[in-house]
Amino acid sequence: MRLIILRSVTWFAGLMPTVWLVWRFLDDRLGANPIEEILHRLGDVSLIFLLVTLAITPLRAVVGWNEIIKIRRPLGLFGFFYLTMHFLTYAVLDQTLDFEFIIEDVLERPYISIGFTAWILLIPLAITSTKGWIRRLGKHWKKLHRLAYVATIMGVVHFYWQGKADTYWPTLAAMLITVLMIYRIRNSRGRWRPQVREAKNR
Amino acid sequence: MLIGKSGKIPSSEITPEGMYLNRRQFIGKSAAVVAGASMGSGIGGSIEPENSQKDWSKVRSELDEELTPFDDVTSYNNFYEFGTGKSDPVRNAHTLRPRPWTIEVGGLCDNPGTYGLEDFIKPGNIEDRVYRMRCVEAWSMVIPWQGFSLKDVIDQAKPSGSARFVEFRTLHDLEQMPGQRYGVLRWPYVEGLRLDEAKHPLTMLITGVYGKTLPNQNGAPIRLIVPWKYGFKGIKSIVSMRFLEEMPMNTWKRSASHEYGFYANVNPDVPHPRWSQARERRIGEFRRRRTLMFNGYADEVASLYSGMDLRTHY
Repeated sequence: MRLIILRSVTWFAGLMPTVWLVWRFLDDRLGANPIEEILHRLGDVSLIFLLVTLAITPLRAVVGWNEIIKIRRPLGLFGFFYLTMHFLTYAVLDQTLDFEFIIEDVLERPYISIGFTAWILLIPLAITSTKGWIRRLGKHWKKLHRLAYVATIMGVVHFYWQGKADTYWPTLAAMLITVLMIYRIRNSRGRWRPQVREAKNR
Repeated sequence: MLIGKSGKIPSSEITPEGMYLNRRQFIGKSAAVVAGASMGSGIGGSIEPENSQKDWSKVRSELDEELTPFDDVTSYNNFYEFGTGKSDPVRNAHTLRPRPWTIEVGGLCDNPGTYGLEDFIKPGNIEDRVYRMRCVEAWSMVIPWQGFSLKDVIDQAKPSGSARFVEFRTLHDLEQMPGQRYGVLRWPYVEGLRLDEAKHPLTMLITGVYGKTLPNQNGAPIRLIVPWKYGFKGIKSIVSMRFLEEMPMNTWKRSASHEYGFYANVNPDVPHPRWSQARERRIGEFRRRRTLMFNGYADEVASLYSGMDLRTHY
């Protein structure tokens, strides 16, 4: 029962941002620069989902509730979904598919290069998130999916670099990912190892 | 109430094109500016009867561009003194009290002193100017401003021979400008111009927009507009003006000197270190348009920079 509620909450949280943006679009409430607004909000939402995804494992140890591992996959996939929408908004709405400029951006603008790389890195992770791929990849699956950390860190750097002077939210995101990384590193060294069994189903 | 007392303006009097719009009609109106100066203004300003009849939809820029709607001009602003989000200023700027207002003129000049806003707004001075506004963030607007030439003020102040720059400062008041409680930028906001840039006929001190008193979020009661430069040069809510021999340190240059310079001329060929300046999104348009050299004012201002390397003097 708890799991059903947890899953419903996850799906609700995952779909809310879409509903919210569509509603604001239909209600003409996206402001004077709607493309920028959509672009930025999708970026925010994506990064939030990726950070929450990475927080699940530590959270499991802290709250001692193993079952929450079951929402890690949907959370990660929502993160990837919003990141993909973020990129498509950039490419289609913001740059109107002018590839000359998109390529220049990706190659020459570091914050775009790093954000783009993060998205590319997450594509194989999204593909191999199915049960079949988990089985097929065995031990390698876990290694491969550590890329989620790399991609999220890149996302935080992208977030930090795109701003002009107000670094409040990027700093908060950087602090969060740092805490998660410290936990992860300590954990892998054997200290601090939480007393939880690995879930059978990741 | 910037334009309150003159009678109804026939739309035939409105010159549809050209940089210098309805100059004459403003000569009549500007007396009302002085009278109205002490009357205070709310956010957005009230719609004056004759201005509501003025058909701004027919007004276009000298390049035949449409005006950016009033609501967009007054709700999408960079004014960090009221928050760093674009919609923060319109929400938060009600704490600013733009009347009464004084401006201190000082530094290297013969006529220093503290001036009331009404000392500057002389009958016959207020003009309409339809200018493109290009933000360093690669968006732009076309805005019908009302104001007067900065040159008029400079001539009154009589800068001495050694003065080469003008420095402006924004109000520094944590109660009126709550955003100044955060160290996002160094306060007060400082901007500056070379004296020849400051005296250029395109450079304006602005007190109104769309025929209304300048709303707080747009920099009430008086702001600078230098249309060939990125928007951040257009310092808002000015309280001080000083003539200097040395180049002043402007706020954004101090914040990140490799990204924002003193000159900040709009230049599609010199990218911001993090993004291209070759194109811009005109607010209200879908597809980005190409950015023009000196924001389309090259014929008027390019000579100010002859012989200068605009890549190093960005």
